[in-house]
Amino acid sequence: MNKTINQKAWYFVIPVFVLVAFNAAIPLMTVVNYSFQETFGNNVFAWEGTRWFKQILLSERFHASLGRQFAFTFIILLIQIPLGIAIALTMPKKGWGVPVCLILMSMPLLIPWNVVGAMWNIFALPDIGFLGYTLNSVGFDYNFTQQPGDAWFTTILMDVWHWTSLVVLLSYAGLNSIQPAYYQAAEIDGASRWATFRYIELPKMKKVLTLAILLRFMDSFMIYTEPFVLTGGGPGNTTAFLSIDLVKMALGQFDLGPAAAMSLIYFFIVLLVCWVFYNLMMKNEAQS
Amino acid sequence: MSLELKNVEKKVGIDTHIHPTSLKLEKNTINVLLGSTLAGKTTLMQIMAGLDKPTSGEIWFDGKNVTGMKVQKRNCSMVYQQFINYPNYTVYENIASPLVITGVKDDEIKQRVGKVAELLKLSAMLNKKPDELSGGQQQRTALARALVKDSDLILLDEPLANLDFKLREELREELPKLFEDRDCIVVYATTEPSDALMIGGNTATLLEGKVIQYGKTLEVYNKPENLISAKVFSDPPMNIAEITKRGDNCKFTDNDVQWKSSAKIKDGTYKIGIRPHNITTYKEGNNSVEINGKVQISELSGSESLIHFTNGNLSWVSLSNGTQQKNVGEDTKLYMNTDEFLYFDQNNRLVNNG
Repeated sequence: MNKTINQKAWYFVIPVFVLVAFNAAIPLMTVVNYSFQETFGNNVFAWEGTRWFKQILLSERFHASLGRQFAFTFIILLIQIPLGIAIALTMPKKGWGVPVCLILMSMPLLIPWNVVGAMWNIFALPDIGFLGYTLNSVGFDYNFTQQPGDAWFTTILMDVWHWTSLVVLLSYAGLNSIQPAYYQAAEIDGASRWATFRYIELPKMKKVLTLAILLRFMDSFMIYTEPFVLTGGGPGNTTAFLSIDLVKMALGQFDLGPAAAMSLIYFFIVLLVCWVFYNLMMKNEAQS
Repeated sequence: MSLELKNVEKKVGIDTHIHPTSLKLEKNTINVLLGSTLAGKTTLMQIMAGLDKPTSGEIWFDGKNVTGMKVQKRNCSMVYQQFINYPNYTVYENIASPLVITGVKDDEIKQRVGKVAELLKLSAMLNKKPDELSGGQQQRTALARALVKDSDLILLDEPLANLDFKLREELREELPKLFEDRDCIVVYATTEPSDALMIGGNTATLLEGKVIQYGKTLEVYNKPENLISAKVFSDPPMNIAEITKRGDNCKFTDNDVQWKSSAKIKDGTYKIGIRPHNITTYKEGNNSVEINGKVQISELSGSESLIHFTNGNLSWVSLSNGTQQKNVGEDTKLYMNTDEFLYFDQNNRLVNNG
């Protein structure tokens, strides 16, 4: 077949170029620009080289928020993945219970993030919130605005409430794609419930679970709105995760140079983890 | 040892999946359940296995009532249309799995798995995972898992349906041999009449949840008790027409084709069933009769030619050997082997029996 030469077709690509430029490339380059310079306002810049990067990488504040971020992500993954699988396993496979469960499960996912934060803020208030009041009246000394442990507990609970559904829905889809014959075969073999889970359900869910872990990792690693509305990073800096700390630095202190350097480092960490995940997934794919 | 279904019925809600069925399967036999999709083959097998309970009726095994007994407690195995293996076990571990669960000693497992693997030509791939195997090998693994257990009852639910043609032919030839020296009852469900003929043994024809006829495969094929059984056991579909018989003379109601019949039946109106391979483009047998046809579709499969044709109101299929090139719309002459006609009375029962 002869290829038709039509250079005018390039015009059709222009809108996408413009969109991507304004959407991604230009803002990112602005950040890169800031990260190597000191700015004094009035568009006066001074070249600083890699100073901000060194400063951020060596700063205790960054280490602390990065540590908190990893701890938070690790904890919620540790809770949400097994919990999500467990809920998916107990969900009905047919009948009227299916739509009911699916709708109930999707509900938290449909609520805007700032609303979730506000909801949980009010819900957990020690004096008037249902959760806070109840905990206090049964004898727990609970106050998420003042005690770091309680703040962490509430933030994690909120995230579990908000996002476990995603893991449930993905696992449920994975489970439903297993043909009934597998279960029958296991039954005929006399396999126990645990063996059926371990050797049939889990391997068959491997792909969706990898996806669920990746999605939950990304989302929780970049979490901002919900803890910002719930705790504002406090008490002190105890729930200031990376993004919250970043915004504080950029907009609170107006340290644009270090903040830009931190953004890039943050970006590279996310990129690195995704790359590792992607390669692991592809490696598994190649094996099977 | 025998498996007996006594008036087994299965209802789901208001739908009847299996109408009251009685069937007795003997030891050391291969029994084919033949019927189209939704005929109830799988349901019947699940009831036999104990994976599903009948709504009413009893299942007896080896002289004991096993109705409602769980599948784990019965010694049976099943192979499915889909290739069911444990995905992250190797072939060896897959075959060994039923033995491991029942606590057989390692040495014995090794020996038994090795033997079955050899039988099914899997010896070279014992360390591979099912995903790395071809469909045929995956199904062989599933078969090996079913065989290694020395079950009393082996159920095969359309085991060849998902295989491509060549592998199917290959495995179909091996299957009857695999079960030859085993003390067990084999049940084999299929939608293909040719499978039943090739496997032999006994055949039960099924339609819409009813067992129509059960007997020796060749007998069921050659002497179907009734028209339904004949239809189920015919692929391509059986050609059916109404005829009148007066003395030795028979004649189609729809056209003038006549022939002499030696069938010892009374004068009257009958239905006849003609298998497609008894209508050919060449004369076969001593009593063949000519019929005109207008070619509708002509399919060549290499060694056989399938010609769909019409004659008046009749729309029939013929199956001839060799490549018989016909053009669509062409008028052609075909020959019916009248010796092979099946005569059914008004109640659809076979009348020229023997």
